[in-house]
Amino acid sequence: MVVSVLLALLMGALVFLAAGANPFKAYAVMGLGAFGSLYDVSEVLVKAIPLIFCGLSVALSAKILLWNIGGEGQLAVGGIGAAAVALFLSPHLPPALTLPVMILAGFLAGGLWASIPGVLKAKMGVNEILTSLLLNYVAIFWLEHLYFGPWRDPMGMGFPGTAIFPESAWLPRFFQTRVHLGLILCVLLALVLQWVFSRTQWGYEMRVIGENPKAARLARINLTRYTLAVMFVSGGLAGLAGMAETSGIHYRLQQGLVVGYGYIGIIVAWLSRLHPIGVLFVAFFLASFLVGGDQLQAVMHLPSSVGLVLEGTLLFFILGSDFLSKYRLRVIFKCQAPHLK
Amino acid sequence: MDTGSLIFILSVAIQSSTAVLFATIGEIFTERSGVLNLGVEGMMLMGALSGFAATYYSHSLFLGVLASMVVGGILALIQGFFTITLRANQVVCGLALAILGIGLSSFLGRPIIGRVAERCVAFPVPVLQEIPLAGPVFFNQNLFIYFSYLLVPCGWLFLYHTRPGLSLRSVGENPTAADTAGIPVIRIRYLWTIFGGSLAGLGGAYLSLSYTPGWKENMTSGQGWIAIAMVIFALWNPLRAVLGSLFFGGINALQFFFEARQFTFIPSYILRMLPYLFTIAILVITTHSKSARRRASAPASLGLPFQREENS
Repeated sequence: MVVSVLLALLMGALVFLAAGANPFKAYAVMGLGAFGSLYDVSEVLVKAIPLIFCGLSVALSAKILLWNIGGEGQLAVGGIGAAAVALFLSPHLPPALTLPVMILAGFLAGGLWASIPGVLKAKMGVNEILTSLLLNYVAIFWLEHLYFGPWRDPMGMGFPGTAIFPESAWLPRFFQTRVHLGLILCVLLALVLQWVFSRTQWGYEMRVIGENPKAARLARINLTRYTLAVMFVSGGLAGLAGMAETSGIHYRLQQGLVVGYGYIGIIVAWLSRLHPIGVLFVAFFLASFLVGGDQLQAVMHLPSSVGLVLEGTLLFFILGSDFLSKYRLRVIFKCQAPHLK
Repeated sequence: MDTGSLIFILSVAIQSSTAVLFATIGEIFTERSGVLNLGVEGMMLMGALSGFAATYYSHSLFLGVLASMVVGGILALIQGFFTITLRANQVVCGLALAILGIGLSSFLGRPIIGRVAERCVAFPVPVLQEIPLAGPVFFNQNLFIYFSYLLVPCGWLFLYHTRPGLSLRSVGENPTAADTAGIPVIRIRYLWTIFGGSLAGLGGAYLSLSYTPGWKENMTSGQGWIAIAMVIFALWNPLRAVLGSLFFGGINALQFFFEARQFTFIPSYILRMLPYLFTIAILVITTHSKSARRRASAPASLGLPFQREENS
């Protein structure tokens, strides 16, 4: 694991060199940007929140060998659902109820969106990787249409975005930072998922499906029902990421809601080996790349997408190191084999 | 509808389908060898970037195209190394490659956004372009498109009517049997994975050198994913890939046509969603249709690593 991180950083250094920047300086800027002060660390937590939701979303579906890579679109639709409540329903709701209803709406919206690939997979066997991914583009066009068009703030003087939500629709923030209540929510959900995976019959049956679908069918585990339920909940989790971003950070629908968290969620889930508690730590770690990358853009005018590059490379090296740890014994055995004969 | 509009729609349909067609053909060959490479979007983006960058700095379209194919091939080689040699999970590796390509192209491409370089212009074929309707539609295009006219039938012939094509298919269906018959399974998988990557890169170069000249972040806008879907629609057959890509291109062409004519009965955001919804629809139809399932299915060992059983 440590070696993989170092190798990924080494590859990153090559990328910096290719872009004509001093890699030591670049990494120093990134490290300082992510951990230089308490406020920077709080910013890492802010970015970790959507990554945790999306990571849990992918981890849950991958547990039963489903690839929900539509986190990006489900996040967008979750944001739309939450915004619909904040903009149109909140005047008719008691203020204390606004946030719970928004959370519910974000979850439902994301869940229903993910149920499209879910139903297609469960009922007709359509490849869920492609359907969930293609729906990302559809969701993003829909989101853009809403804030450029019918939901655009009439007082916004042409600003592409909805009106600011009423304050009852804002997730409370902690200690003058941008860290909001979404953090508690996603940590709680990680604990719940961990409990489901390790202590319930659902978790057990999901493990059976994941490790041996044939055995699961013979044991009369209802694969169709699990596919439908898991895709719904998985989409709901990604939808909550959208809800948390709109209601905790932006306070409106606008550009910058959909920035790749859904894709990074795949990396988060895989690096944590589909382990909900692991997702928390991996998301924090990868979020530091994102915050560091933003600093890089501000200080050295290098594109912040270097975060994505480092994370993609890291995933490759982790996949490679899996091989080494799995097959080390085998390699030694092969070398000795001629003498044994 | 008048002839002018028809020619416009048909020729734009061909132009819009070419990038997807290249990537689809490449992925068909990769998957036929038993390797699922989900990194097409990343390879296309890197191909688009390197093709444009090489042309911009060298002023040579040829070098640009070459660069895009080499870069696409190198990325596919990474996928090959991790999935064929290290036997890692093909789905995760492919997704990692896609993410890496998206991030890397956006990082490295920043300095040349909005630059202008040579572009590949239409090159009417003498005589043939005189044919009414078919002439202006098929033979007033650029070299990329003429190359695709050659690639498809050659690919089909190779796959179904040559000995190396048979070896390739056997490696994807039953690598153990192929191995027993003395076919170099590992080498064939590497070869066609790299081939698929270079075609994806070429598809990217077509976008940045001809279709929408210039470099823009995420300029492929999902065409790599659409190509993977088209492989399923094509039932792993290069000829059917043409059909799928032309459907896709046709929808794009209609979108341009409606926008040019300012038809407003379909709002533009719905029009922009159409290619993606359409791709999902044909995925559903292909998976559901009994005749398609009877005719062909995925290569039997698609997605599975190959390993000789040495000690049993």
